[in-house]
Amino acid sequence: MKHKKSKRVLTYIFISAAGILFALPFFWMVSTALKPNVQLFSYPPVLIPNPIEWEHFFNAITMIPFFTYFKNSLIYSSLSTLGVVVSCPIVAYSLARLKWKGRDTLFVITLAVMMIPFPVTMVPLFLLFSQLGLVGGLLPLILPLWFGMPFFIFLMRQFFKQLPNSLEDAARMDGCSEFGIFFRIMLPICKPAILTIALFQFMFSWNDFLGPLIYLSDPSKYTLQIGLQQFQQTESTAWGPLMAASVLIAVPIIALYFFVQKAFVKGISLGGVKG
Amino acid sequence: MMKSPSLASKLQHKQGSKTRVKNNIESKRSKYGVIFALPWIIGLCAFYFYPLLSSMYYSFTNYNISGFSQFVGLQNYTQLFKDPMFWTGISNTFFYALMQLPLSVMLGVSIALLLNMKIKGQGIFRTLFFIPSLVPAVAVAILFQWLLEAQFGLVNYLLDLVGIAGPGWLGDPTWAKPSIVMMSLWIIGNTFLIYLAGLQDISQEYYDAAEVDGANPLRKIWHITLPLLTPVIFFNVVMGLINALQEFTLPYTLTSGTGSPADSLMFYSMYLYNNAFLYMRMGYASAMAWVLFILIMLITLIILKTSKRWVFYQGDN
Repeated sequence: MKHKKSKRVLTYIFISAAGILFALPFFWMVSTALKPNVQLFSYPPVLIPNPIEWEHFFNAITMIPFFTYFKNSLIYSSLSTLGVVVSCPIVAYSLARLKWKGRDTLFVITLAVMMIPFPVTMVPLFLLFSQLGLVGGLLPLILPLWFGMPFFIFLMRQFFKQLPNSLEDAARMDGCSEFGIFFRIMLPICKPAILTIALFQFMFSWNDFLGPLIYLSDPSKYTLQIGLQQFQQTESTAWGPLMAASVLIAVPIIALYFFVQKAFVKGISLGGVKG
Repeated sequence: MMKSPSLASKLQHKQGSKTRVKNNIESKRSKYGVIFALPWIIGLCAFYFYPLLSSMYYSFTNYNISGFSQFVGLQNYTQLFKDPMFWTGISNTFFYALMQLPLSVMLGVSIALLLNMKIKGQGIFRTLFFIPSLVPAVAVAILFQWLLEAQFGLVNYLLDLVGIAGPGWLGDPTWAKPSIVMMSLWIIGNTFLIYLAGLQDISQEYYDAAEVDGANPLRKIWHITLPLLTPVIFFNVVMGLINALQEFTLPYTLTSGTGSPADSLMFYSMYLYNNAFLYMRMGYASAMAWVLFILIMLITLIILKTSKRWVFYQGDN
């Protein structure tokens, strides 16, 4: 009994230590962002800012065209998310539940292309889009996603695979068309899976750096990631505004995560009741 | 179109027409299969096959942005192997991957093990370890630049408290890569969630049996948990390796593409990017991309081959 208790105490000590270590950078980011300038370089460091000042946040959004970048990031993230949501489920459904010649080959190829590193395709894609006159905008980053994304197609296929066959058999008996089966039966069931890939894609695009770096040259088209990197390059020691800008860029994605996490759990339970 | 009652009666009478109708339905369904998959087939050709093939072709040319292109055979590749910066990129990237991978496995598994125990505030801890992985890499880089600042940084202050004189971190060629490893370990969230899922899949029976045999907790971890977790470790190692060998955003944000100090942060992908979009040597960059691709495939293959020896699946003998 005593042995068990000491083990528990040890567990709590370890996990709390690790927890503090993981929370510390985050805490420091917020603390720096709220600190008056005079406390930034004081020794010993001021842990909790006193008084709390919002000046750095004001500077962060005025020193760079924050809302322009925010708008561009939002456009990139939402249009690419919409793209994968439109394209991936229907392809995955075909790979999982319709029998046709070449289907298994296509699935193997889909798995294989996941292995291709982005640097391999990035140069020809850039040249392709520059010939089409699309370099400079976000379209080269969004467009490919409207034709499917291998990882998401794989995820959705696994999801469709585990549904019972009786679903579409019953619908076919009732004379439902193949399109009808997909849109009216399959799509509503896979809401939680769609939500998952939507969340993933939104996060990928929001945090994407290399993609926008390659295609964007006009500052009015910059996304937040590129804007923040440029800001850091010109004001490398303005830690207050830099931390405030970092907080502002991280917060939407963290908020989205919490929001979707709730909806996600709800989606699963609803699907379970109906199905 | 046939109406369903007449279809049903025909099916009852003639066996032959039954298969014909069935074939009809099958072929109709197979037509829809192709139609539904069509966007992806087009996407595969346009955004995967075409770039893959043309990248290979470009790697044999001296293609640059002006559009001038000439077939030069293997010249890019031979030049590459004589390029000191290429080797710097290779060694930096592998040094980073070899340090980051084992640490991420150890840290990820340890946190998952701790979280898998029945403790209070489990949800809070889980969120705590996961949240950093949501922070964009550019912000992570800037945050750690501040944390690891030689003079006013929090890390060196804390080290100072315990009597250690902290190094210059990102300004010091020896400590620059370990600094990036630190950043990548902070955003380990996804990995440890996968470990956690793996742990929860391990059947309780194994532990009960060990309990009967009187095994202590450490022996349980060593002889049951870790072996049964190897499939998940295997997955994370392969994915982690592929990602580590392509690491770009952290070194690029930290150095604006220069790889300073003393080229210690010149990662392979960054040198590739510089060649393609800074020096506009598209052919040369394509050759670099193919070397990277082949390296990744080779290493993955090697891990796959050795995996039979160290990956165990539940239910296997």
